[in-house]
Formats: sequence, structure tokens, C-alpha cells
Amino acid sequence: MKKEIKVLQGNSAIARGAWEAGVKFASAYPGTPSSEILQEIADNYPDIYAEWSPNEKVAVEVASGASIAGARVMASMKHVGLNVASDPFMTLAYTGIKGGMVIVVADDPNVHSSQNEQDSRNWARFAKVPMLEPGDAQECKDFTKIAFDISEEFDTPVLLRGETRVSHSDSPVVLEDRKESKIPIGLDPKNATKYVMVPAYVRVRRKFIEERMRKLEAYADGFKFNKMEINDPSIGIIASGVSYLYAKEVFPEYSFLKLGMIWPLPKKMIAEFYKKVKRVIIVEELDPFFETEIKAMGYKVFHGKDLIPNMYELSPEIIEQALKGKKYKAPKIKIKPEDLPRRPPNLCAGCSHRALFYALKKLGTFVFGDIGCYTLTAAPPLQALHTCICMGAGIGGAHGAMKVFGKEGLGKMCAVLGDSTFLHSGVAPLMDVVYNKGNSTTIILDNRITGMTGHQEHAGTGFTVRQESTNMVDYEVLVKALGVKSIKKVDPYKLEETTKIIKEELAKDEPSVIITVNSPCIMLKRANRKFKNPFFVINEDNCRGCKMCLEIGCPAISWREGAGATKDGHKRKGTVFIDKGVCVGCDICTQICKYEAIVPGKR
Amino acid sequence: MMKKNDKVTNIFLSGVGGQGTILASNILTEVFLNAGYDVKKSEVHGMAQRGGDVTTHFRFGKKVYSPLIKYGDVDFLLSFELLESLRYINWVKADGKILINKQEVFPPAVNLGLAKYPQGVEEVFKKYFKENVNVINGQEIAGKLGNVQAANVVLIGAFSKFFPEIKEAAWINAIKGLMKEKLHELNIKAFNEGRKAL
Repeated sequence: MKKEIKVLQGNSAIARGAWEAGVKFASAYPGTPSSEILQEIADNYPDIYAEWSPNEKVAVEVASGASIAGARVMASMKHVGLNVASDPFMTLAYTGIKGGMVIVVADDPNVHSSQNEQDSRNWARFAKVPMLEPGDAQECKDFTKIAFDISEEFDTPVLLRGETRVSHSDSPVVLEDRKESKIPIGLDPKNATKYVMVPAYVRVRRKFIEERMRKLEAYADGFKFNKMEINDPSIGIIASGVSYLYAKEVFPEYSFLKLGMIWPLPKKMIAEFYKKVKRVIIVEELDPFFETEIKAMGYKVFHGKDLIPNMYELSPEIIEQALKGKKYKAPKIKIKPEDLPRRPPNLCAGCSHRALFYALKKLGTFVFGDIGCYTLTAAPPLQALHTCICMGAGIGGAHGAMKVFGKEGLGKMCAVLGDSTFLHSGVAPLMDVVYNKGNSTTIILDNRITGMTGHQEHAGTGFTVRQESTNMVDYEVLVKALGVKSIKKVDPYKLEETTKIIKEELAKDEPSVIITVNSPCIMLKRANRKFKNPFFVINEDNCRGCKMCLEIGCPAISWREGAGATKDGHKRKGTVFIDKGVCVGCDICTQICKYEAIVPGKR
Repeated sequence: MMKKNDKVTNIFLSGVGGQGTILASNILTEVFLNAGYDVKKSEVHGMAQRGGDVTTHFRFGKKVYSPLIKYGDVDFLLSFELLESLRYINWVKADGKILINKQEVFPPAVNLGLAKYPQGVEEVFKKYFKENVNVINGQEIAGKLGNVQAANVVLIGAFSKFFPEIKEAAWINAIKGLMKEKLHELNIKAFNEGRKAL
């Protein structure tokens, strides 16, 4: 193969690395910024079996089975996904693997789209497994490949840390050929002491993982992606991943210890670095992970988290300001970006979630929410969602609260979650509601896709990641099997009927489930969603400027100020306006308007 | 070690989700990689499909380290929407060049009548950046070609004029490489119209 250079996104480079490393099995649950990895594998590398698993725990479990069968395997997820997968992950650290296993975990510093900001390096230390951290796309590919070698050499799952500025950055990558792994495919029934983690066998593996850590420490000292760059010896900077690139940008003249393997740390190399440079500065994003470890080794850290923030993401100017001590001076412009209107993400025009949450708001319902596009309804003007903790937590939350309130809680609260989230981790808590004689209501918003992360298939959509037709979960049958007796279906675009059914279900003293129908994601092309009218317009003769229609926060509807009057003489301070380029004709606003001021438009 | 003369050029793209800023930045990436530069691009998106602000940092040079541009270090600002250009005015170097698409997309607070959409964005830029400010109406030009969605490529066409050292064919090849064949004709027209517009 001739040397081909291609610009790849970090996530695409990880997928490429998996293919070149001979990976046969890949599983994932989507989550920003990790989602593209599995989709890229599915789209471009048919040599690899690929699946969306219902959640990250399952993704790691199926990958472990494929590894025990001898295949090289990769599971990918976002940082909070590893929390879900931590149960199998922590024990896989004990069993080790057969075919190489790499778990990609993508952090989200600055919380661009997550429910918390956590530093996944702590999982490596906690589980006693090695972790690598690339900084650009070439490293994403290289580190993925070498992670599989490390996995097989040391009999361990290996963590590969992604993060927003690496996963979603593009840079050139040299493409190479695929090399199949030498591990034979086959099961070994005589290896129970390795794979059956009953206490007697665990104790043996407990000792093994300590020995493995010592061997890995020695390996880290000779690891080719841990690099020393000795320039000006007055300052030596220790950094990894994208933090190294920021620091290098700001201080190209200084010396660097650039860590490719971030756990375990290369102790001899660090000692050597301390001999070669006068003072050491540690530049790392989020926790003082290296700093704590290096201080514990007995070294002085000249600067680290005393100056560099331990939250949000770093950037070259944050590092410059922190370490040079002078504030960066922007050009003298008298515009304050903070004075400009913000542009938060919003539910799309025509989204079925908008109607359903409007109904809940009208009923004054306290909503135990979940992770998905509908979480956006917490923002004004809807402000109709009141909690969001982690996937599946809404159902459990509503159940717990109902137990506190007893019958007094009836009619006042419910849980709401999407179809993908329900399959991810909503089934077990719903089972709990029924089993423990709860009486809460759960609303499943079935938009036929995983919406928030960019349209990934799941067990309820009828398609695999490679768009093959497959079985489609019947939520009604599933919910019935869990023991729910009151199951209702609502079309959220029919506002009055939806509101009536929700009110009835919330008041019932038994577990109930409402499933939305006729509600595919408005952006889902295959749903080919067409409403009766292509768009609506304002009849200015009738609009009284009451602003009722603005309460749904539709991006197609805006307020225009200007005193005036309706045709029949009602004074108004302004009118609303519908942008026909944005409106899809979903009809929700017309059901809210009391003055027949919103009428069908014509192309 | 990086020498002082190994200059890195910083391009900042801003827009609203759904406007095609990411495709535009992919075209830049292909063009400058093929011209022999090291390139790095970083973008922020996520959180729902549409409507949020989208920014892309694009850098090219002999060797590029950071995927992020330093605040105040932008050489070229390419903005697909008026408010989204003003939001990043402080990022631009005093002698930076600016290309803005004359389109207003109202954020939720403006739709609700709770905030005002900024007025006179063009004038504000001209006050500080003088003749380095260029404003074109991408939607109008693309609309005349039959598809307003090609506005992003109109903008890229105009933007390409800032880089006379890069041949026109390099841009067209990048567009062809990144789009389905049935879209080639429209987008090449859009690119050419954009070039004429500046």
C-alpha cells in the first residue's frame, strides 16, 4: 500500500486504528464526544462486526465474550458511560482478556454536552489497568494499535482516553494496512480460574493484577510514546494529550516530558526528567492526577494546579495566562460578548417533545426527567422538566418521590424518558415500580431513534448500525410483561387528547405507562414526516399579541413589537411572526392560539 | 523546536447549527492539506440537532500543535450569521480579515421578545477593521442558483479569494471529493458565484 495521508477526525482515527490492529468486534452506546467511533467502523470497515448495545455495561460485556473467544475487541463510550460499564470493567481488570481489549472512554471537559465533568484517568488507577491518551488524530490511530498489543502482552483491558478536543479535532493521519491478530479464535474450557471470579479464584487474580501493575510500570519507562524533549532546561513541563499541544504552542522553547501512557506512570523516566531540568511544571486538564502522583513520589512541583484551573477545559491562552501571570489583552473593542443574546440549543421546529412537555406544563406536573433532547425543555420558556441525573434515573426518582407522598402525590408528578434511554436503563427501574407496588406514571417518548447524539439506531428502531432490518422492540408488550396494567398511547400532536390522558394516568393509584405514537424525530429522514399543511402564517387581522404561542419556544415563531389593533378593534403591543422557512406545519401552535390568528400558509 | 518564522494561520468559523459550517471547514481542511501544510481543526457541536451555535477552529502551517486558536489570535473570521460574527469579534487580530454572511437567525430569547437582535453589525466591524471587512448575502446568491442550502459554499468561494496562492481547481476538487456527485454542479456554481461576489 502506498503511503496515503488523510485528514481524519480523532474518532475516525481511532476506528481506523482498530481496523489496522485487526479488531473483529466493536460495540458501543452513543454519547458525545465518542459517538462517531462505532458509526465510522460500521460505515467503513466491514471486517469488523459492529453493534450499538443498549447501554455501555452491555457493550463491555459482549466485547468481553468476543475477547474470551479470541477476537480483538473494542468498546467505546463517553465518560459517564464508563460509570455504567464499571461493574463488568472492574472485574475484567481481574480476569484479563484473551483477544486484545480496548475500552475507549471520551471525557467532556467544559461539559459541552454531559451531566457532569469527570476525569476518567481516575478509573485507570481505580481498576489498576493501563491508560493511553492521544493528543491528535495520528496519535489516536497509533495509540489504538499499540493499546491492543499492550492488552495482549499484559493480559489486561486497556483504556484509551479521548476527550472533546481530541475526539472532535481533525488532523493528518498516515494510513497503513490491516494486520490480523496472532491470537487464535477458540474457547478454552479449562481456564475457569482465569474467567470465573469466585472468591478463591479472585484472590489468585488479585495478586496477578498487582504483579501486572509492576510489569506495566517497567514497560511505561521504555514506552515509545512517552517522550522527553530537552530544550531549555530551566523549565520542564510534564503533560499529555491535548494539554501537551497547548503547552507546546505557548512554550515551544521549554523542555517537555510528554506522556502517551498516563497510567501507570514511568517512574524512572520522571526521575531522569527531574535530573535534566531545573523546575517542573505540570500542565493537565481537570484533576491534579499527575501532580498528586508525582508529589507522592517525593518530587517538588514548581507549578501545577496552584495556577492552572482544575475545572473546565484548558486552552493555550488559559495556560499562558496562568503560567506567565499576565492577562491576555484582546484587541480594543467595546463589544462584550456576554451582552449578546445567547444561542442555546433548542428543540427543532415540529419536534413532538415540545407538544408533550407543553401538556405537562399545563397540568403543573413535576417531571423527573432524563438524558436526551427533551432535557432541553428544562430551559425557558417551557421549563417543564425538573430533574436530570443519569440515564434511567427519572423512573426511579418518580417512584421514590411517590413513596414519600403516598396518595397525596397522585396527579402531581411523573417520569419522562426517551425510547433509547428506556432501553438503556429504564426497564429495570420500571420493573421496580411494579414489584414494589408503586403508583408512578412513566412516559416513554418514542421518537424512533437516539436523537440527541445524532441519530443512532437501537433495539427499538428495527435497524442495526449497518442499516440491516432487525427485530423491533414492542414497548407495549415489554411493559406489560413487567407487570404494568395501565398502558396508554398518545399522539403528542393532539394536544387536548394528550393532556386528558396524562391527567387520567397521573391520577391512577397504580403503575402506569404512556407511550407516544406518531412521534418520530422530525429530523429522521426515513420517517418522511409530512404534516397536513406545509407551514403556517399569522393572520394579522386576528393576532392580539397575547404571546401564548411563544410559550412553546418554537424556533419558527418570533415576536415583532409595534402598537396596533386587530380588525375588530382589540389593541395590541405587537404581533408574532412565523418564519415559513423554519415552520414545518406541525400544528401545535394553532392548538394554543385562542384567536384563530395562526392559519395555513400556501407554497 | 518551532522557529518564529514558522507562522501558523488561524481561521475561525462561526455559525448556527444546520448552516453547513462543518462542511465548509472540511473543504478548508482538504484544500490546505493538499497544498502541503500541516492542518488541525477542532469543532464544537452536539446538544440536539439544530439551532445551537457552532464554532470551528482551523489552523494551517508548517507544523501545528494546538487544535485551538488563542483568544485574539484569529487571522481570518468566516461567519455564516451576523450575530455569530459579533460574538467572536474580540478573537480577531487587529489586522485580521473578516467575511460575514448577511443572515439573521434569531436565538430563542430574541424570538420571545426578551432580548434584542444586535443592529448594525456590519458598521461595528467596519469601525474596528476598516476595509478588511467583507459582507455578502450567501442565501440570496445561493437562492438564485436554486438552493439556499448552498450558501455555505458561496461563502467558501468568496473566502477563497483571501488565498490567491491556492489555485481555483484545488477548491473545486475538495468540493467534489466531499459531496455526492448529484450536488457537484450546484456547488461548483455556488463556489464560482461566491468568488465573483468578493
